[in-house]
Order: sequence, then structure tokens, then C-alpha cells
Amino acid sequence: MRVLAAMSGGVDSAVAAARAVDAGHDVTGVHLALARNPQTFRTGARGCCTLEDSRDARRAADVIGIPFYVWDMAEEFHDSVVDDFVNEYAAGRTPNPCLRCNEKIKFSAVLDRAVALGFDAVVTGHHARLGADGLLRRSVDIAKDQSYVLAVLTRAQLDRAMFPLGDSTKERVRAEAAERGLAVADKPDSHDICFISDGDTRGFLESRLGAAPGDIVDGRTGETLGTHNGAYGFTIGQRKGLDLRVPAADGRPRYVLSITPVSNTVTVGPREDLEVDVVSAERPIWHDLSADVSCEVQLRAHGEVVPATVSVADGTLTARLTTPARGVAAGQAIVAYRPDPGGDIVLGSATITAGSRAGADV
Amino acid sequence: MAYLDHAATTPMLPAALDAYVAAVREVGNPSSLHAAGRGARRLVEESRERIAAAVGARPSEVIFTGGGTESDNLAVKGIFWAGRAADPERTLVVVSAVEHHAVLDAADWLGVQEGAEVVTLPVDDAGRVPPEAVAELIAEQGERVAVMSVQWANNEVGTLQPIAELAGLAAAAGIPFHTDAVQAAGQVPVDFAASGAAALTITGHKLGGPVGVGALLLGRDVACTPLLHGGGQERDVRSGTLDTAGVAAFATAVEAAVKAREEYAVRVSALRDDLVARVRAVIPDAIFNGAAEDRLPGNAHFSFPGCEGDALLLLLDAQGVYCSTGSACSAGVAQPSHVLLAMGADDARARSSLRFTLGHDSTVADVDALLAALPGAVERARRAGAWKTPR
Ligand SMILES: Cc1ncc(COP(=O)(O)O)c(C=O)c1O
Repeated sequence: MRVLAAMSGGVDSAVAAARAVDAGHDVTGVHLALARNPQTFRTGARGCCTLEDSRDARRAADVIGIPFYVWDMAEEFHDSVVDDFVNEYAAGRTPNPCLRCNEKIKFSAVLDRAVALGFDAVVTGHHARLGADGLLRRSVDIAKDQSYVLAVLTRAQLDRAMFPLGDSTKERVRAEAAERGLAVADKPDSHDICFISDGDTRGFLESRLGAAPGDIVDGRTGETLGTHNGAYGFTIGQRKGLDLRVPAADGRPRYVLSITPVSNTVTVGPREDLEVDVVSAERPIWHDLSADVSCEVQLRAHGEVVPATVSVADGTLTARLTTPARGVAAGQAIVAYRPDPGGDIVLGSATITAGSRAGADV
Repeated sequence: MAYLDHAATTPMLPAALDAYVAAVREVGNPSSLHAAGRGARRLVEESRERIAAAVGARPSEVIFTGGGTESDNLAVKGIFWAGRAADPERTLVVVSAVEHHAVLDAADWLGVQEGAEVVTLPVDDAGRVPPEAVAELIAEQGERVAVMSVQWANNEVGTLQPIAELAGLAAAAGIPFHTDAVQAAGQVPVDFAASGAAALTITGHKLGGPVGVGALLLGRDVACTPLLHGGGQERDVRSGTLDTAGVAAFATAVEAAVKAREEYAVRVSALRDDLVARVRAVIPDAIFNGAAEDRLPGNAHFSFPGCEGDALLLLLDAQGVYCSTGSACSAGVAQPSHVLLAMGADDARARSSLRFTLGHDSTVADVDALLAALPGAVERARRAGAWKTPR
């Protein structure tokens, strides 16, 4: 097959491209330029969009012996990922930009262009398994598993995706990179959000959205407990940084329960009020599901899994959790897995709209 | 494979390679006083004389450099510095809009770092600087110009400039005129003395010599402040131990290219005309860019409406056909060519262009290979669409 390897300049995508070559494919490497004003060098472990990363990717492609090009996706990335990120926070939701980037950039803008140019598939260095059966599964390296941020992909997108790393641990990938003479073998993993180079998400949002002071109120009594500088700076389940003036009567810590952009209020309460056992979600991507399905659901990246029964009707996914979950934030994805010895299988995903207690809205 | 990118770099001529290998075996710094040094110096000075003879210069006007980029920087910055030092009113740097970045960015640097005022000369839709624009500028503020630089031939679209006319206007006003003849030397007649230019850039690897060696032809009465300080080897204008083998190979290439030029131009322009006619026949809406007549013999340049030049390059590369989009990279990302934009093309047309350049070893088989791959590539690239939303 003619395949296009998306090469970030990191170790994973370099090894993925090399493995695609070994598998007999005709591979072309592409680095996606995503930053509008890329920095010259990486600072720390953040990001993947500096000129240094682009050169690392090119060097890896040269070592592997494949053609290499840079595709300018900065506008698309800005519109579909960065603006979306800001807008979602402004609307009181908690977005996952990596997921959005897979959905809108790597397996949409890039894949579409690749297919038009005669490529059959896009290869990436994601840690997830996609076998001949077409099922998306967790990586063997559970700690590095990225199936959560790939679960948004539709059947058509998965049919044109290749993830050659799913059967390997990250350690093994690094060792293989060294064996292959790839200089990126010991390059640090990238963390956090690539377009927020200093890691200060709240500061980034404040620079985009401006300060918007509002009240922090008690979810049970309605009492105003303090003020905040912008509701977008909070995430459901957050405990730190609330800076409340009025201590709780019982002296226990309080957590963010909900964010209401219209009134610009952040509602807080005790830990147990965070618990939900019904999760509603929209825009389901569902691989073959007719009746209710018993499965496990994951409610945020790197979050734990909870047994649940999931049903999809009229474009809405409803998950009834067997045990309550905390910190369920609108905007995050709910991903359903079927446990499997060959790697838990992704059944589908949807975007969380609300969490509730059976019977009563929280 | 079909190598259609001779304007980027062209294979070394066998004679130049032989000269290089023979010289590089010998030890000797041309500045040393002993016999080994004298041997090297003799080779360097003979090379200087051969180049001078081939391009209408005096030997003392040939300053060896590390290539075209260095020669352009030396001319633009060095002549500016010297001119302004002699007359503080001279703060203008005049360049055409279609210069190579070695000239454009040197001028911009002077603007940012040295308080120079950069004046950009416009071009017409073929990429030619209208002499009237130069005459007008000189009439208005000629006495403020420290240096003027207009290339002999454009590296993207191959358009030739009316150099004798422009240099004449500048000389009459006492303005030092530099021309980047990197693409012109060996392709069209280049005679430094006859051109009337004060300085002229050539480089080895565009005419069958090695990469990393070039020359600035600098009139003996043209003041130029050095860029590189040190041993003062080259007329005190340029320092650094000379690359004896590189210089010998460069001279061999210049001499050979100039000697073969007429026959070369006839053969290669016929091949080019064939390429152009056949591309037009299979892609009827292809737009031919640049001048029809006053053009480098080996250059063909097209815009393919609805295509991304980048996509075409990728597809042709996969078929073993090597060409160029001509666009420079800015921050790692291809930008629409400043040359095409200056010629009045819009962003989409500029991004849809490809340059095919022929050279001394090109044959009809190269053109055949291009024509075999191009229709499919254009169709594919069209399907991929002008995916890039203009900024
Ligand atoms: C018109 C022009 N000027 C200058 C240069 C730079 O020459 P060099 O590669 O020898 O530095 C080039 C070639 O890239 C060129 O085409």
C-alpha cells in the first residue's frame, strides 16, 4: 500500500513509519506544521511543533530512507482545534484537544488530502491496536494507551488508519528506535497541550477570553462562597485553586460540581455531590451496537474505567454506571470498551453533555 | 529518474571533477611562501585569470568567495557600508522585487540593523524591471542610493533583466550597481566589463563546478567593506584560506560552460521548447510564467490551476521526476513564491506553480519521463484540490 506517515519529530511516529516500511508499504513521511509562529527550539517536553521537531522528523525520514515533506496545517489546526478548545471552555465544557486533532486534522484534513493524492492510509505512532479484524483496541502498554483519543474515529477513518505500535511497550519502541539508529530514541515524551507552550492553560484561556469575574456558590445552600476570575479556568472535580472565603461547615474540602457560563457561576460542594451514575453524551460514534450493551466506560483521558450499560438512541448515548464516577465533565469523551484478553475493544465514543444521579439531576 | 532541477544545482562537469581531484591531492596553502604554497598559489592565480577571461573581467576584479550567497551578501552589505561611510546621505538600498533571498534578505537586514532604507523595484508580469522605474527613482533620489542590485536572470521563472540598460542608468548617476548572475553565467552571454556593472556574482555549482565556491567580480574602483575579517587574502575584501581545489574546478567549469554556451543554448532551448509545447498540449490550461523571449534557455515555469505545487512535487518525486516549486520556506513551511506574487499572480496561482530546469546533461528522455508522469499527477493534485485556504 501507499501510506502516509505523520511524523511529529518524536520517537513513536518515527518507529511507526519505519515499521510500515518493514511491512512492505511504500511510505512517505509528512510533518504537520501546526503552529502559526513556530518556535525554533523545544523548551522542555512540551509541544511537537517547533522547527527542531520538524528537523528531527526529517532526519528520521532520511534515516529510514523515505521521502519527507512538510504540510502546513496551521490554519486548519487553529480553526478546528485551538479555537474549539477556547470556545468549549467558554461554554463551560472541558475539551480534549488531542482527540479533536485526531478527529479533525490527522484523520480528516490530512487523511483526505492523502487519499486524494493516491495514498491508501495514514500511519501514526499512536499507542493503540488496530488489527486485521478492524477493531480498535488498547495498546499492550496500558500506561501509554491512546485508544481513548482515537475512539472518535469513524469506521471509514479507521479503515484508512494504521497504528503499528500497539503491540509494543513504549520501552520497546525506544529500544527499537536506538537499534534503528534514530536519534530521537531518547527524546522526551511530549506532555500537556502542544499549543500552550508554557503549560499555563488558565493563563492561555485568560489571554483569549479576558478576565470575567463571577461567583463561586455552594451547590446545596446557594450561598456565595467566593469569587473567580473566569469560569473557564475550572474543571469539574477540581479541588485546588478555589480560594474560598467561607469555610465549609463540616470542614471538608469542596470540589467544582458544575460551571454555568450564562450566569458565570462556578458551583462547588462536597465530594459525594460529584458522584454521578448516569452519563448522557451526544454525537456518538458507535461501531455496531443495537441493544443495550454491558461494557466498561472511560470518562476522561487516563481515567479509570467503570462498568456500565450503554444504549444509543436518537443521537444520544446514555451510560448507566454500575458504580458512581466522580469528575465527569461535559465536553470530555465517554469511550466504551469491551474487556478482551487481546486488548480491550473500543465499542464507540460520544461527547459527554451531562452526568446525573439516577432519578435526580445533580 | 529525470532530473529537471538544474537551477537548484547541476552535476559537476567531468573536467571540473578531474581538476578538483588532481588539485585536492596536493598540499599547500596559497598564502605560504614555500614551494608547496607557490604551487597552490599558481593554481589559484591561473584560475583567477581563466575566470576573468571567460566573463570579461580583469584578474584583479575576481574575488573568490564561498559561493553565491556570500558574494551577494558581500556586494550588498559591503558596498552599502562603504558608500554610506563615504557619504552619510547615501542610505538607500535598491533591489528588485524578484531577487534571490541572498540579496533580498541582505537588504532587509541592512534595513533592520543598519538603518538603511530599502527600496524595492517593481517588475512587470513577465518579471522584468522596467528601466523607467529605475530612471524615475534615480531622478528623484539618486544621490541617496548607496547600492543597487538587480539580478541578471531570475532563478525561478528564468526572466532576463535588461542589465546593460539598468547598469548604464546607475553608472551615469554614480550609483554602484551589483548584479546576481548566478543563473545567467554559462547560459547567456555575460561580460562584466561590457555590462557596466560595478559588481557581479557567480557561483560554481550552477554551471558544473563544485558547491561552496563562487566569486564576486568587483570593479577595481568600487569601495566595498569586508564581511569576513582575517588574513585579507582576497584584495583585503575577503579573508579565509582559499579552497585551491574548489577554485581550480570552478575555473574549469566556468571556462567550459562559457566555451560551450552557444551550442548549449541552441540545444537546451530546443529541448525546453519541446517540453513547453508538450506540457501545453496535455494540460491546456497550464499557465506559462515568465518572459517568452528574454529567458534562460533551460527554464520552463508553469502554474497548474487547481493544483498545489507541493502536491505535484510529491507526486512527481514518487515517479522519479525531480523539479521544484520555487517557493522558499519560511519557518519550515512553504510560502507562495515572492517572485510570482511580484509578477502579479494571486496566492493560488503562485502556490500552483512548478519549475522545470534543464542543463548540460538533459536529454529528451527527461522530457519524456516528465510528460509520462505529469498528466496523472495534475489530475490527482486537482482532486486533492487547492486545499490550502489562502491566508
Ligand atoms: C539567483 C541566485 N542567487 C544566489 C544563489 C545562491 O548561491 P549559492 O548556492 O552558491 O550560495 C542562488 C542559488 O541558490 C541563485 O539561484
